[in-house]
Amino acid sequence: MDNQLVIKIILISLFVVFGVALVLPVSGARRLAIRRLLLLLVALAGILAIAFPELLNVVANLVGVGRGTDLVLYVLVVVFIGNSISNSIRHRHLEREVTKLARNVALSSAPPHVERSSEQSQDGSATETTSP
Amino acid sequence: MEKDFRASPVHLRPSANVASPTAGTTRSISIVIPVTASTWLVVPLYNEAKVVREVIQHARTVFPNIVCVDDGSSDDSVAEALAGGAIVVQHPFNLGQGAALRTGLDYALSDKSAKYFVTFDSDGQHRVEDALAMIDRLATGTVDVVVGSRFLDQRTQPGALKKLVLKTAVMFERLSTGVKLTDAHNGLRAFNRTAATKIRIDQNRMAHASEIVAEIRRNDLRYTEMPVHVVYTDYSKSKGQSIWNSVNIISDLYFK
Repeated sequence: MDNQLVIKIILISLFVVFGVALVLPVSGARRLAIRRLLLLLVALAGILAIAFPELLNVVANLVGVGRGTDLVLYVLVVVFIGNSISNSIRHRHLEREVTKLARNVALSSAPPHVERSSEQSQDGSATETTSP
Repeated sequence: MEKDFRASPVHLRPSANVASPTAGTTRSISIVIPVTASTWLVVPLYNEAKVVREVIQHARTVFPNIVCVDDGSSDDSVAEALAGGAIVVQHPFNLGQGAALRTGLDYALSDKSAKYFVTFDSDGQHRVEDALAMIDRLATGTVDVVVGSRFLDQRTQPGALKKLVLKTAVMFERLSTGVKLTDAHNGLRAFNRTAATKIRIDQNRMAHASEIVAEIRRNDLRYTEMPVHVVYTDYSKSKGQSIWNSVNIISDLYFK
């Protein structure tokens, strides 16, 4: 069990980071930059792993995982979940934008309400509001 | 149904210095300014063609200003609401009840003389008398928001399961927002202009009810509860909010 400690710590920390990322609102620019950097990192790691397959086994043994392919699987799961979360966050932002747009359209084509004057007629009767 | 005006009589006396045919005599004019004249009812509408006309007609006997926000209904709801005498604002596609409320409030707020705003259901579950009582309360100026509650008295009897779910929701909301309410998701609410302007409704769908409660806390709005009687007709029971929505509501609120 002990020789797997490193990989366990790494994976658990990553999932904690995901959990936090879900709840914390981060500004669009920063989130986009982080996403791009991570994609770059994944691309680089992928290139390295293909060019030097033995590297995978070395790294795997370092963190307590038996085979290089197992490590790839774990990394794949992490990347997949991160990607899904990132997409869901972007989707929510898009939803907000769409709502604002739809609301704008609805209110722009809405009938104007009748301007009611604040003065009442002199004979003391309250003026009736008429709907358009 | 006789009109029910809450009136504050105002007496005016023309100045004695004004040259007029009646100069020298004192004449006072009583002007009745009903509080309902500066109130807007905001009615989110989605496929309620069967009942909406009657609901609007009944409400208009007391409240002259009603805006129905049609949220992409596929039936005759819009025509029926117009026939009932409401102003109809249409979303280009379905967004959700929360979005409809915010749109309706925005529309009503554009009326500069509007002071009070009531969110009111289109399915006949809410009573006009309860809305009127809430406006009277707002008119005293001591609170910004009045929220209806089914559990302040024994009038309303929801089913046992629904009651359990609602009570759980109340407890959950108290813990997360710190606002003490006895009824978590009551659709009958009244706002004054301050509250209607400040409250954000970003949750388009069912989570808006919890968001409104959280917004009350965030803006430090003064609030109170009043007992309301929700009428569970067979029609409205068949369309009620399902328990499954609780899962969606919670996930909507916590995943930004």
